[in-house]
Amino acid sequence: MKLNERSLAFYATCDSPADNSGFLYKRGERHTAYHRRWFVLKGNMLFYFEERESREPVGVIVLEGCNVELCESAEDFAFAIRFGGTKSRTYVLAAESQAAMESWVKSLSRASFDYMRLVVRELEKQLEEMRRGLAGGCGSSRESSGSWKSSGLERSPERLPALPTILPKENGCAVWNNALGAQQPSDTSGCGGHYDEGNPRPPPLPPRRRVSSGSAGSAGEIPSTFCRLHERYSQEVARLRQDWLEKQRGPR
Amino acid sequence: MRYNERELLSLARQPAEKAAEIRMSVPKKGSVLKKRLVKLVVNFLFYFRTDEAEPIGALLLEHCRITKEEENIFSISFIEEPERKYCFECASEQQCQEWVEALKRASYEFLRRSLIFYRNEIQKMTGKDPLEQYGISEEARFQLGTHRQ
Repeated sequence: MKLNERSLAFYATCDSPADNSGFLYKRGERHTAYHRRWFVLKGNMLFYFEERESREPVGVIVLEGCNVELCESAEDFAFAIRFGGTKSRTYVLAAESQAAMESWVKSLSRASFDYMRLVVRELEKQLEEMRRGLAGGCGSSRESSGSWKSSGLERSPERLPALPTILPKENGCAVWNNALGAQQPSDTSGCGGHYDEGNPRPPPLPPRRRVSSGSAGSAGEIPSTFCRLHERYSQEVARLRQDWLEKQRGPR
Repeated sequence: MRYNERELLSLARQPAEKAAEIRMSVPKKGSVLKKRLVKLVVNFLFYFRTDEAEPIGALLLEHCRITKEEENIFSISFIEEPERKYCFECASEQQCQEWVEALKRASYEFLRRSLIFYRNEIQKMTGKDPLEQYGISEEARFQLGTHRQ
């Protein structure tokens, strides 16, 4: 079966943050000798490199449908990634300390897409139920929800969680994770033009406050799903990126 | 790159979020559209010859760009090689739109951002971190802003 290996290698080595990383000893498949490898966990993919500086992973373990458990081994701090099914291979790994072992076991056992999806669905449900509860409140709900919303936003000045940045590549262009494409029609909110501080760094993330207050046609409304919010931010980002790119070309 | 093929094959056999017979081409010179069974399972897109049980290939859908091309056609390309496109010709515009939407949300990274968003929204409304009940509030993967390494 073919796999998009080049993209996998890129995913493994790019600047997006890892969920865990460190040296682990990996027991060989045929021979029981352990090899020290540099491991990087991103999402449900556990990559391993020969060295920390290696440009490409030696391999990857897809972490769907597995169990992570402590195991008996001559090595200290050993644990295993076990898959269901006959003939399935068990990966035996060993950490260099008790703390490292516990950290890996914890992060690996929750690494699957399935698990993440479960938690997201649960939170989505909770939020829906809460919103329904709010909407069924008093007549001045619009006003009260508006004030509640703005105070909530002001309380959280931390940057937008939906758009983690990847550091710019050598040509100076920032690369966006899962870019939704600049072909999105720009919205008519008219809230462009904020980023003219002459900042040569990668485009700054739009502040939450501005987007929610400035969006056309939905004054005071919070998108009921993450996806709509994501779409809205993506249009904003595409526009900002365009502006920034033009500015970069300018002085040349 | 080595990978656990047996487990990936087993994943390919699981019930899909979305599956359809779609004409598909790979980014190779002279490649033409061929009818394939295309199956979305977690963040992988598997593609099979329509009468075979084992997939020809799998695409990990991280750091990819889903683009609506001309009528009924969408493409998948990856951020490090944006010109290399996997093209898919659907039976209808509606099917095309549905796949584009589904694939845009199919990545682990998208799911992670959703989780952080919902967590934050609930926390603002209730003042409580909804992940605490699961005992995972301190996990690096769920933190706002940059992750700890």
